[in-house]
Amino acid sequence: MTDDALRIGTMRFTNRLFTGTGKFAANAQIPKMLAASGSQMITVALRRIDTTAQSENILDYIPKEVTLLPNTSGARTAEQAVRIARIAREAGCGDFIKIEVITDMKYLMPDNWETLKATEILAKEGFVVLPYVLPDLPLAKRLENAGAAAVMPLGAPIGTNRGLETKPLIELLIENCTVPVVVDAGIGRPSQAAAAMEMGADAVLVNTAIATAADPEAMGRAFDLAVKAGRTAYLAELAEASGIARASSPLTGFLDD
Amino acid sequence: MSFFTVVEQYQKFDFERFFSEVTDSAIERSLAREKPGPMDFLTLLSPRAAAYLEPMAHKAHQLTVQYFGRTIQMFIPLYISNHCNNRCAYCGFNHNNPILRRKLDLDEIEREAQAIARTGMQHVLFLTGEAHHITPMEYLLDAARCLKRHFASVSIEIYPLEVDEYRQLREAGVDGMTMFQETYNQEVYKRVHLGGKKMNYHWRLNAPERAAQGGMRAVNLGALLGLAEPRSEMFLTGLHALYLENNYLDTEVAISLPRFNDAECGDFRPDYLVDDKTFVQFLTALRIFLPRAGLTISTRESAAFRDRILPLGATRYSAGSCTGVGGYSAIKVEQTPQFEITDNRNVDEVAAAIVAHGYQPVFKDWDCIE
Repeated sequence: MTDDALRIGTMRFTNRLFTGTGKFAANAQIPKMLAASGSQMITVALRRIDTTAQSENILDYIPKEVTLLPNTSGARTAEQAVRIARIAREAGCGDFIKIEVITDMKYLMPDNWETLKATEILAKEGFVVLPYVLPDLPLAKRLENAGAAAVMPLGAPIGTNRGLETKPLIELLIENCTVPVVVDAGIGRPSQAAAAMEMGADAVLVNTAIATAADPEAMGRAFDLAVKAGRTAYLAELAEASGIARASSPLTGFLDD
Repeated sequence: MSFFTVVEQYQKFDFERFFSEVTDSAIERSLAREKPGPMDFLTLLSPRAAAYLEPMAHKAHQLTVQYFGRTIQMFIPLYISNHCNNRCAYCGFNHNNPILRRKLDLDEIEREAQAIARTGMQHVLFLTGEAHHITPMEYLLDAARCLKRHFASVSIEIYPLEVDEYRQLREAGVDGMTMFQETYNQEVYKRVHLGGKKMNYHWRLNAPERAAQGGMRAVNLGALLGLAEPRSEMFLTGLHALYLENNYLDTEVAISLPRFNDAECGDFRPDYLVDDKTFVQFLTALRIFLPRAGLTISTRESAAFRDRILPLGATRYSAGSCTGVGGYSAIKVEQTPQFEITDNRNVDEVAAAIVAHGYQPVFKDWDCIE
């Protein structure tokens, strides 16, 4: 493999672990985690960015070489997401935007319908749009047509650490989407991240599992290794697991005799 | 449909008997349940479950870190009027109390806002008593618009409104409402609410639901623990939150646990006192029952206690609070507060204590962008 870089928009990523800024005990842990994990893209909720802050500004903790992926967390409608995206761009956060529209505060499920509407508007305005969605193939194709730069299906509800519960649905996206598929939300363990990469996801986004670990720096490193292992296995074309034993003395071997 | 249909279901429920029949194995089952139901919640609120405080605390801690991370959202209350026509036996603003009544005019609200903004606080909760003719809708709307210019998020803790009035405040920039039912027990409610519109139990009970219907992003509930038997009060508060979560998926629901402290003003003596151990049991049981609900801890609680309960399920802290009118910008203040504050630290001190305990104080968690 000569160049296995992931391209999203005009950016090129050699590391396929995306991270997040939420839930850390202290913002000072973020740059350490980024260095340890090698992550080249980090998502940050615009609602937490405080440019007028007397309290600290979270952006000061993100090194320049790491791509900012502002997200629209807190938006409950496409209109709000669009407004947040524009504010993020004006605030100097770049053209990348993760659309997160959640109208359900109980399970925090993304609202696919509003997300599609916001994607249609923002892609036309030149944003690099990464929509966070429930894995749904027809929707993913619509997002692609609307100009999404990637699709980000959830593996399990946000913050649950339950892993790839939506695996069969994500597989359909991986098989059929032309844009990168980034598994976002629900990944609680490095082994689950490895599994997502093995099945052909282009990247994973992990926040809670790293931020709430007793040692976020070490956990960031563990996820980096897992993502690399999973990616390498995918590229090496995993042998299919088989329920049928392969006897060293084949039953039909006599036919070749 | 109203939450009252749920209250009714438990009106004849024999809580004492239920508690007396709770077994250790029932508590262990409830504690292990992935999705605890109302009866699991009640089991965890039982006196017997106090013996399981440590495992309850561990589970509450784990759930809180999982869903909220190690963060505490900060807010500050701003009293803009203490005029009140209600006669609530336990309240410092009781109409019968001969205290100096003050209502801030818009210039004074502006000065208070500037003083608060200097502390770094970005989420403000403004409060009034219930005096419709003195603090009418127009006044509330003006106050909201004024505060919105200074803060990322503005919430209200005022008298109950109509759905459309909540909608108007929403449009003026208010995104959250707090409403304490005080007690879910109708008899006790009647006994302590002796005059004014607040005597109407149902009008108040349905206010959080009307706020959700009016588009408020966040609703915060609470029972004033001590007025009626606290375990059943906590139970109904939790069910009220669940009712709102289930019916208004797009509304964030949070719960406060106000309790009487020893220094409570006035002659009122509550029938019950909730000690620290029971308070922690309530806090952890709430977290286990409602993993995603906000849990608000005010400055009614002492500094030392607030620091210790950070990892036990709390998600929202007030700080630097003054519960008198005009207290932040030193407008001539009548010192009678609505209730006594026991955590008197300023915003920086509370934030520093939160950091020292391994948590991040979050000053800005939402910007009401409409």
